[in-house]
Amino acid sequence: MTKLAVLNKVFPMRWRGSMETFMTLLIWSVACFVVGVLLWLLSDLIWHGMGQISWTFLTTAPQKAGRAGGIAPILVSTALIVGVCLATAIPLGVGTAILLVEFSPQHSLFGRLVRLSLEVLAGVPSIVFGLFGNAFFSKTLGLGFSILAGGLTLACMVLPILIRATQEGLRAVPNDYRRSAAALGLSRTATLWVLLLPAAMPGLSVGILLGLGRAIAETAALIFTSGSVDRMPESLLDSGRALSVHIFDLAMNISGGEANAYASALLLILSLMVINAIISGLAHWFRDSRIQVI
Amino acid sequence: MRQHSASLTAPRLSTVQTQNLTLHYGKKAAFKDVTLTLDPGKITTLIGPSGCGKTSFLNCLNRIVELTLNSVISGRILLEDQDIRTLNVINLRRRIGMLFQKPNPFPLSIQKNIEFPLRHHGIKSQRRIDEIIENSLQQVGLWQEVKDRLKTPALSLSGGQQQRLCLARALALDPEILLMDEPCSALDPISSEIIEDLFLRLRGRYTFLVVTHNLAQAKRIGDRTALFWVQEGSGTLIEAGTTPQLFENPQHALTRAYITGKKG
Amino acid sequence: MFQWRSEVVFVGVLRGLALLSGLIVLLILFFLLQESLSFLQTIGFLRFFKDPAWHPVSREYNLLPMLWGSLLVTAGSVLLATPLGILSAVFCQYYAPAAIAQGYRRLIELLAGIPSVVYGFWGLVVLVPLIGRLHPPGPSLLAGILILSIMILPTIALVADASFTAVPPEYLRGAAALGLGRWATVSGVVLPAAKAGLMTGVILETGRAIGETMAVLMVCGNVVQVPESLFAPVRTLTANIALEMAYAVGNHRAALFVSGLVLMGLVVGLVAIAEVIHQEQIYD
Repeated sequence: MTKLAVLNKVFPMRWRGSMETFMTLLIWSVACFVVGVLLWLLSDLIWHGMGQISWTFLTTAPQKAGRAGGIAPILVSTALIVGVCLATAIPLGVGTAILLVEFSPQHSLFGRLVRLSLEVLAGVPSIVFGLFGNAFFSKTLGLGFSILAGGLTLACMVLPILIRATQEGLRAVPNDYRRSAAALGLSRTATLWVLLLPAAMPGLSVGILLGLGRAIAETAALIFTSGSVDRMPESLLDSGRALSVHIFDLAMNISGGEANAYASALLLILSLMVINAIISGLAHWFRDSRIQVI
Repeated sequence: MRQHSASLTAPRLSTVQTQNLTLHYGKKAAFKDVTLTLDPGKITTLIGPSGCGKTSFLNCLNRIVELTLNSVISGRILLEDQDIRTLNVINLRRRIGMLFQKPNPFPLSIQKNIEFPLRHHGIKSQRRIDEIIENSLQQVGLWQEVKDRLKTPALSLSGGQQQRLCLARALALDPEILLMDEPCSALDPISSEIIEDLFLRLRGRYTFLVVTHNLAQAKRIGDRTALFWVQEGSGTLIEAGTTPQLFENPQHALTRAYITGKKG
Repeated sequence: MFQWRSEVVFVGVLRGLALLSGLIVLLILFFLLQESLSFLQTIGFLRFFKDPAWHPVSREYNLLPMLWGSLLVTAGSVLLATPLGILSAVFCQYYAPAAIAQGYRRLIELLAGIPSVVYGFWGLVVLVPLIGRLHPPGPSLLAGILILSIMILPTIALVADASFTAVPPEYLRGAAALGLGRWATVSGVVLPAAKAGLMTGVILETGRAIGETMAVLMVCGNVVQVPESLFAPVRTLTANIALEMAYAVGNHRAALFVSGLVLMGLVVGLVAIAEVIHQEQIYD
């Protein structure tokens, strides 16, 4: 009763009704506004970008600094950078996650320190990764502006995402499996390979896809690590221009580059949407199959 | 390595003995000072209210309690006069089979559930493996039901069938001791009866320790029975003896109160 | 516990991998420090505030305009995105029919997944000309705030949505039993109950806003000045790094690394605060 009294004081009856109506309207219009902005952005990209995308665009080299021609070398560089990133981050991330979940007690000092440092790593801004990559991979390790340096920098960046997803996948495996495997005298390594990793696979794939999405979207960490040479790379030590860097360069530095920037941006968004769709599909499948297991 | 006898040769019967066994989780004692002998080839049933350390006691015998953090064991556990801490843990667990409260087959096929542990323990010949699979499924009376669908997921079986598969999986490793942690409590009455019959049929071939909440079951299947109780915050062994003696002529007041339903 | 040599080796390898993963943060810190050190030793931190201007080529290192730029863009976008994000989550939880709410959530997730370079590009070709028509030149603090608001809105909206889900339904039933309307329930019961979660969301979005580079680089105009109006161009710390790293050498390069160090400190500090709030919430 007292609560009602307080509320009556705060919201006097005579304008409580109109307040409710006003807020309902406001909240719906906020929602419409957000939807509107997204649709505006997407339709703008599709409207200006769709016409540019063609087979020739995908398979030819850029001309006139990207104003004309296609983006073939850029796609190859992007794929190589992301490839280097995942090839490094997956073993590192999966190994770390397995150690943290399966082979180190929850409260061990080592485990706690690694967890803490990964949390910090997840918060580091991408431009700082760029600085680090430039100082460490490009300069100290002597990789220069190269696909390898860019991919390794991205690997550091996606590592926390990958580790978190793999950990969740492993934690979702019922503890009963571990106990009954132990009761049958199975070693923990065998249990891991035969039971735990297959069961954690959906979580792991979601993690890999999330990392892939983040790597494709990244720009700031790549500008001073993989550079912006738009020729077809011949080795991992060549500089290569990622798709996102290409968009940036066309938009900022090349007058008349807008049309191809639109097409590249649309392509980037489309590939991210495909990745997102796969992730949510996997998540659904994961949930269904888990219900079946338990 | 021991021969895989299943039911072909005379089984080896072993005893387990605990001496002043105490288990702590961190600072808290799960149970204290338990001295108990499991007679070879007999079924020992372990009864008592929940939280009195029965399951923890069971988990000590094959050392899977070590999977729990902060567990500290003191006292001794002897398997055939050997301290189990001196034995290789993998071999120990092979000699001591275990069945859990909830049926927990692996998310693999029926066949793989039995085959994978066998392969892991070094049995390579497919013929030998098939033989053991058939044999152990026969022993638990599941062979007729599943022989045509060995490749289907074990999780498609009913709860009772899953529990029998888990028993077959344990038997396939040819254990000497079988630890049962309330093996029927998650099952319907009919499946539970089937499992109980199995224990009676297997009596004499293995040394059983069965934890149960069900007094009638303890009385039906037990040769010997032991009662655990919580005293001063930790589990204690109150009384152990032959089953008829414990149920008909209990020595301890708590036992009398518990079996007559006045306490617990 | 380990029975076989292979298992010992395997766990050893895992430990090595985990050690490497854990060391990355230290490596980052080490290299940022190493590159900054010459500046801090020979020139000193105070010069960032006392020098007459930012002209690294002629040894003038006043970083204040960039600090103001970062601060204003961040503050503006957080002020704008927070109410929008929270109301979005309120919409999802308490106003929208289930199907629409689900679709709306998907949409917010989609918004969260759009790369910053695409936001920046769209801002540059759509938003900046619009603002330029309203009040030239166009690339401005306002453009940065608007673009950044859209970018960080999903962060606060998703965190708020999650913390609303955690509000015990009894509270809502209690409010309904008192005859309260929807908004009265939300403002009187839900928002206070979800306070800690909302705080976490605000801190996380702030971290994201401070660290954002590409979008602000593309729409803010990047003039080194303390802006006098919303329509004046500004340069943020992050944009400054991105613009000048390509040709910076010596102390200039070191100065950029110092600003990177400051950024990292700010963001890590925010993450730590969010973590503390989160922990307290759990132990309440």
